[in-house]
Amino acid sequence: MKKNTDFSREHIAYLKKVRNKKIIINVSRCMILILILGFWELFAQLKIIDPFITSSPSRVMKTCASLYADGTLFHHIGITLMETFLGFLIAVVLGYAIAVALWASDTLRKVLEPYIVVLNSLPKIALGPLIIIWIGTGYDAIIFMTVLVSIIVCIMNMLSGFIAVDKTKLLLMKSMGASKLTTLRKLIIPASLPTLINTLKVAVGLAWIGSIMGEYIVSKAGLGYLIVYGGQVFKLDLVMAATFILCLLAGGMYGIIALVEKRISK
Amino acid sequence: MLEFKNVSYTYHTKAGETTAVDKLNFTVENGEFVSVIGPSGCGKTTILSLAAGLLAPSSGEVLRGNGEFGYMLQRDALFPWRTVEGNIFLPLEVKKRNTPEKREKAVELAVKYGLKDFLKKTPKELSGGMRQRVALIRTLAAEPEILLLDEPFSALDYQTRLEVCDDVQGIIKSEKKTALLVTHDISEAIALSDKVVVLSKRPATVIAVHPIDFGGNVPKNRRECGEFAQTFEILRKELGI
Repeated sequence: MKKNTDFSREHIAYLKKVRNKKIIINVSRCMILILILGFWELFAQLKIIDPFITSSPSRVMKTCASLYADGTLFHHIGITLMETFLGFLIAVVLGYAIAVALWASDTLRKVLEPYIVVLNSLPKIALGPLIIIWIGTGYDAIIFMTVLVSIIVCIMNMLSGFIAVDKTKLLLMKSMGASKLTTLRKLIIPASLPTLINTLKVAVGLAWIGSIMGEYIVSKAGLGYLIVYGGQVFKLDLVMAATFILCLLAGGMYGIIALVEKRISK
Repeated sequence: MLEFKNVSYTYHTKAGETTAVDKLNFTVENGEFVSVIGPSGCGKTTILSLAAGLLAPSSGEVLRGNGEFGYMLQRDALFPWRTVEGNIFLPLEVKKRNTPEKREKAVELAVKYGLKDFLKKTPKELSGGMRQRVALIRTLAAEPEILLLDEPFSALDYQTRLEVCDDVQGIIKSEKKTALLVTHDISEAIALSDKVVVLSKRPATVIAVHPIDFGGNVPKNRRECGEFAQTFEILRKELGI
């Protein structure tokens, strides 16, 4: 790292401006959160809003603490995380493989195109009853739902990434007599790495939708279960607490992918 | 050696069929640098694909020796995720000849032509001219007998273009490779080649073949010769521009 003294005065001023802007952004971000939580708590304490309906940050904390105390907190988190992560993983791996197959065969791609389009626009929750009857009411049903929700986007995203690979580079591979497999390994896969990262980002969001939706339909445990259960028995503290934890987890999972992206793009 | 004997090629699209080249005849002798010029869209790239065997002629014959072909394309097509060295090794990997000796030979070639300090860099860090040189070394790394050049300078700005043009010709000559260049740039063709083949509009046939021997083999000297302008005029008229 260069010391500030190595730069001209204008450059130091510029650096300061950049730093100041960053500080303003970070402080504002925190302030928004603090203000929302603060007013929420304040209004609840002053009974301006009814905490039975709206809950409040302190009650959410209390609920989290009591869930932790009776040992179910990490049970619920673990189950939802497992369902989401497994569903995400299967969707990405399987989606990638299908995309490769569709890339490799023009005919297959054209044959399957209408099915993919329809599956993409179909609201997957409509298949809920079928999934329960076919697969049962265990975790596998929820994982299946998660895969179903996220896989189509994985396929379509990756496929368009594969197809968008520079034609000149493809011609180069062809001129060297490269087989389809070699072209895939040496060109298509590395060239579409940015697409893969994008796909992971989209898929992780969809996987959360899938797993929570799955838990809404059928579940005995998990954060989605807590939310539905809390809603049914009018324990809004529980609903808010589960939602709050969900926010943290989803943010964390996205953060991990963003970290991977930084690593790769270096 | 490469010889086109009465070669025709017709390609098919939904809209119909188009004869791209019609009864084409010309030869490229060993060690010769031949340029094919023609109006744009006259099927020049088709000719290279036919030469490389990527396309089979509809009729006629393309005679080629046992040697391999190396392609140099309009854009350098360097892989940005590989280093310069990695790019140069690409054809070795693809052709399953990625032995330490071959790699060493490829690196030697790169060093010989001034890429020593760039080997570990990524293509992004190189200038357009340097990138095209890397592309040439990559082509040469596979030890091809004949080089096929598809307007390899057309994506460069004018100044870089003159530079790279001379550079590439120099390297090809000193490596004693046979080369077939397609271009629509008349002066490029005159400056670089031992022989210029002039094509007509589509369907392309050979209008004329001009051996070029003035000014030694150095493009720079050639451009300064009086014959340069005369040849340019002749070719320009034949192309009907």
